[in-house]
Amino acid sequence: MNALLELNDVHVSYRQPGRGRLSAVQGVSLSLDGGRVLGLVGESGCGKSTIAKAVCGLVPVDAGTITFRGEPIRRLGLRRRDPHAMRIQMVFQNPYASLNPRRTVGRQIEDGLRVNPDQSAWTVADLLTGVELEPSWAARYPHQLSGGQRQRIAIARALAAGPDVLIGDEPIASLDASLQATIAQLMRRLALASGAGLLFISHDLSVVRVVADDVAVMSAGRIVEAGPVDRVWAQPQAEYTRRLLAAIPAVDGLGRLPGS
Amino acid sequence: MTGDGGLHIRSLRVVIGRDAGTTILHGIDLDVPRGQVTGLAGESGSGKTITGMSVMGLLPTTARASGQILFEGTDLLTLSARQLNAYRGARIAMVFQDPTASLHPMLSIGGQLTDHYRSHTGASKREAKDRAVEMLTKVQVPEPEIALHKYPHQFSGGQLQRVAIAGALMCGPSVLIADEPTTALDVTVQAELLRLLRGLCDDLGLAVLLITHDLGVMSSLADRIAVMKDGRIVELGDRYQVITAPQDPYTRSLIDALPAADGASAGGRCADGADAARLPGSEGSV
Repeated sequence: MNALLELNDVHVSYRQPGRGRLSAVQGVSLSLDGGRVLGLVGESGCGKSTIAKAVCGLVPVDAGTITFRGEPIRRLGLRRRDPHAMRIQMVFQNPYASLNPRRTVGRQIEDGLRVNPDQSAWTVADLLTGVELEPSWAARYPHQLSGGQRQRIAIARALAAGPDVLIGDEPIASLDASLQATIAQLMRRLALASGAGLLFISHDLSVVRVVADDVAVMSAGRIVEAGPVDRVWAQPQAEYTRRLLAAIPAVDGLGRLPGS
Repeated sequence: MTGDGGLHIRSLRVVIGRDAGTTILHGIDLDVPRGQVTGLAGESGSGKTITGMSVMGLLPTTARASGQILFEGTDLLTLSARQLNAYRGARIAMVFQDPTASLHPMLSIGGQLTDHYRSHTGASKREAKDRAVEMLTKVQVPEPEIALHKYPHQFSGGQLQRVAIAGALMCGPSVLIADEPTTALDVTVQAELLRLLRGLCDDLGLAVLLITHDLGVMSSLADRIAVMKDGRIVELGDRYQVITAPQDPYTRSLIDALPAADGASAGGRCADGADAARLPGSEGSV
């Protein structure tokens, strides 16, 4: 039985004007099943966002395959997105950039609902309640909401389409520390309640630890370690993971500096 | 605590806007003594950055500040912009969150490190350059001589923040205000910078005001922590006290909201390393 989303030895590179090609992703294999949360962790420039884009067909893949429900992902061109691929939805880092400032949030969620094959699954009010906002807020514009509330709207919009795979590309990085865990939990709860698989991309291992079932640690375009999140946290095998974990500052009030 | 060359903020009140305006700070009292890192924690909009900006005289034009900011016996709030220029950049320096924004993209590092130094001290180009090399060496930027001829885009974020810190230290300040200095950086780079800041604070006896929302950074670096909410300091105390036994309900909620309450790391789990890091409400959600 194939996994819901499967990446097999994927390579992605970018052309750099005058400097050849930059190899961003070098042979990454991942698989995600429905009802599971896979965390993808790594530092800036390690290729984690490139993977998210490749899964959505936003960047061309040089080698390897990405299959979703057994079919390959085609690159998104100028034409309408393949209805098959619309079952993959994404939540981006900056909700201010990903929402249209000139349309009410209700109408933007309706856009998502329109592509949902199961038209009776949700209403805008359901979704707003699901992300813990007032249904009457559908008439508001993004600028009337705070960062955390906007990100809730972005999540509601993605869920409205009834995705099988939900991708969060640093969905909490632009939020206040006290909100990050709440929003991450909300994404996990809603994705799993709808039976979707969640690919949660973050640079913050401590947040990934509380939302993901499995984690893959990336460095310089490769997966250096993958496994159940508790195992990776407690017994990291790769040197890089160990370094990453050691660098997280502990909130213990002891004044110990992180790192070695 | 007073008269030691540190910074002493008394009943600082900031109102922004015309007429009655909006009160951003409702009377802040804070001491930033030398040789210590004083942390200012709080969420976005709590007034942490405005506190830092008040010290530097960088408030928006519609803002009115009252109270006192005492530095070496002078109340900075009473000074004209011209008089304040003798202090800021020289005796009181600031490091901002995003080094790609705080450094000019089209001027060389050498130029940006030496201009304010020459203006404040009247040093020659030669002396300023030597000082810049010395400072870049101190903040561990590789090949400082070559770095002077480079431009900001040729550095990584972490290296650039080191350069920004070198710029802040050029004139030998006694107060350093660091506003979210590591927020834009990766954790491994952040760890290196925290070590650097701690070292600088200890070696140079700097009075560091560390502004950050990240309690992990606070816990590693700050000696004392002030927690701000809606323009007021709701809690102020020793690092260990504030983090392990917060008195104010708001501080407690900030600490409870953290994902990994045990703060365990691979290097060494802390003494009370409880293993259940999952948040309340995270279980039973499948």
